[in-house]
Amino acid sequence: MSVTPTSPDSIIPRLKAETLSSLTKKGVRADGRGLEDFREVKIITNYLPKADGSALVKLGDTQVLVGVKIELGSPYPDTPEEGVLVVSAEFVPTASPAFEPGPPDENAIELARVIDRVLREYGVIDASKLVIIPGRKVWVVWVDIYVLDHGGNLVDASAIATLAALLTTRIPKYTVSENESIQVDKSSFSGPLPIARKAVTVTVGKLGDSLIVDPTIEEEKVVSSKLIVGVGEDGSIAGLQKSGDGYLTLQEVEKAIQLALKKGSELLAKISESIKLPEATSTESAEASSVGEEKPPENNA
Amino acid sequence: MSAQTEQRVERVLVTPGDKLAEGDYKILTPTTAYRVGTSYYSSIVGLLELNPQEKSLKVIPLKGSYYPRVGDVVIGIVSDVGLTNWELDIRAPFPGILYAVDYLGRAINPSKENLKDFLDVGDVIVGKVEVFDRTRNPVISTKGKEFGKVIDGALVEISPVKIPRLIGKKGSMQSLIESETNCKLVIGNNGRVLVLCEDKRYEEIVVRAIRKIDVEAHISGLTDRIKEFILVEKVRRGLVGNEERKA
Amino acid sequence: MRREKPKLVGEDGIRHDGRRLDELRPVKMEVGVLSNASGSAYVEFGKTRVIAAVYGPREPPQRYMVLPHRAVLRCRYHMAPFSTDERKNPAPSRREIEISKVIREALEPVVMSEAFPRTSIDVFIEVISADGGTRTAALNAASLALADAGVPMRDLVAAVAVGKVDGYLVLDIDQVEDNYGEADMPVAMAPSLNMVTLLQLNGVLSPQEFSQALNLALKGVNEVYKLQKETLRNKYLVRVE
Repeated sequence: MSVTPTSPDSIIPRLKAETLSSLTKKGVRADGRGLEDFREVKIITNYLPKADGSALVKLGDTQVLVGVKIELGSPYPDTPEEGVLVVSAEFVPTASPAFEPGPPDENAIELARVIDRVLREYGVIDASKLVIIPGRKVWVVWVDIYVLDHGGNLVDASAIATLAALLTTRIPKYTVSENESIQVDKSSFSGPLPIARKAVTVTVGKLGDSLIVDPTIEEEKVVSSKLIVGVGEDGSIAGLQKSGDGYLTLQEVEKAIQLALKKGSELLAKISESIKLPEATSTESAEASSVGEEKPPENNA
Repeated sequence: MSAQTEQRVERVLVTPGDKLAEGDYKILTPTTAYRVGTSYYSSIVGLLELNPQEKSLKVIPLKGSYYPRVGDVVIGIVSDVGLTNWELDIRAPFPGILYAVDYLGRAINPSKENLKDFLDVGDVIVGKVEVFDRTRNPVISTKGKEFGKVIDGALVEISPVKIPRLIGKKGSMQSLIESETNCKLVIGNNGRVLVLCEDKRYEEIVVRAIRKIDVEAHISGLTDRIKEFILVEKVRRGLVGNEERKA
Repeated sequence: MRREKPKLVGEDGIRHDGRRLDELRPVKMEVGVLSNASGSAYVEFGKTRVIAAVYGPREPPQRYMVLPHRAVLRCRYHMAPFSTDERKNPAPSRREIEISKVIREALEPVVMSEAFPRTSIDVFIEVISADGGTRTAALNAASLALADAGVPMRDLVAAVAVGKVDGYLVLDIDQVEDNYGEADMPVAMAPSLNMVTLLQLNGVLSPQEFSQALNLALKGVNEVYKLQKETLRNKYLVRVE
């Protein structure tokens, strides 16, 4: 059952709401950004030693970690010659005073399902290349989105991290023996995860009568509703989700989509760039951690 | 659509989102209609009464739950007993609060006296909404000789929005029923009615008449129909002849 | 996509069930179908059938779960085990949780919840037969049930799903068209106020296709809205002379 949020974290002082509103009317935001500006995105791939693919993304104060695991499994009965994609998200309690321990709530479920739909419908992963024994054994791509710190715009940060992780995921080496049993050797790799084309999400928020991208956590409290747009690398709309208690006019919907397509292609270019330097990313990850540790946030007040 | 010529007001069935008027009108029934710019819209399924001369509009709900207003008469059922007050089910989204001090007319000593001895769960009381400011539960008062605990009579529940029709213009419907049956009605704005009859045989007629009003409140000609209904019921039960006959 | 895709739209623009591209399935709507609920509605779109019940405004079962300045909306979309081709586990699935959320969020902007502080308005929708377009049918029923309950709303919410099937944009897709189509886009609006309150897209559309799809959805939404108003009026007009 879905219930109107009643937690005190959702209440913002009226004064602050009015300030943010009047700023956006003038075309600026509290942190000096323009209405159509994203915060700086930092992407660190190959972050987790035990995952087959991973990425840590920092978007302002938001930090999302995505781990990809490739495991053997059975295909879905109606698609016997395709691999399987499973996307889950957890809003861990470390991320925000509003997150309680427990199974994923409706927001985490929505985030996972929206990103899943974009990846699946746009065909980001070439699932036909994930078949080992048709009808019986395929690779299952487990994408787990871990929200570590909530600074606003969790969906886009998660989508960026997911794409970056998938682009650097490698399939373990395996051998198929005579009786069709499969040996997986996780210490070496047979090749990269087959990526057919790229897609990401751009969230456009309605603050007062203005449309903004990449809202901060403060702005999200004042944003009455959002349109999450899946953007494909060829300029297609790869998914849509209106989210939040407010509404958009028909004209705002069209405007938001145009804005999202523009920003989406910029984001995709940025993601591709950060993947191009595998040496740099592996040095960064070596510095960063042993399992479980994190780089300290760089921009805390 | 039925026009009531003596008021020169028309009644139209409206639904949420229907545009009611354009211009500068006064909304007599808040929450059932609202304004955006110079346009007025209905927010419920109801009967619109538009008065272009007085520039006022009213939407009469055909259905709705009870929302307390200060001054309302309510018939409540005790649902919980506390140390210094009772909680009453008044068919509203919140329980009514009846303070012992109000009901008993004196202070009580919670350590020596148990409120259960005065009013217990299930008891029926008639009272008035004295305080309600939406930040806490409505406070009910039983000060006044027409208020207090109910010990006799039949209790009927109808839709709260039909109560005005049961009362009638200047109490006309209520007087009609009372005079035709020699019963007394205690009408709660919260959709509960207490029927007190000297002769119990009339009680059932009154209960049925009230239910009929609940179902047919929005149809014109109701007063005549109720008058006829009561007469027919009296005849059926052989009660005419003990009373004066009405043509 | 999936194997053995049946042909769903002929060259003459007629769909597998004989409908035109911009035609709704046969629709049936009724209000006041349950005796205990404050308001209720039954809605059919072809073989998709849903029942919605509204309770409230009332004190919520957990007294702390309130807001001081408005009513809380609680909304549950649930599919009965016998509603689908294969029996569905009655436990709420992730899909039902997401749909409950988008339905609640589609109703929030229209329900005048400020009129009932510290109460709960509960909307329960059961899908008893699922043949595509269940969330839009559910929203249409929820909207009618709220109106039937006398809960004040700025407008009714009318919803319909547009799909892309065999390359054509079609209105009110059924299950077969949803399974084998290229896109599924449910849209809900408060039409008198130009408010889009639910919008999702599962699939891929070019920006031009999207604009066309939105227009087609608008046509469908307006038709549904008319039917909803008729349904509410018919309940009372039958008796008024």
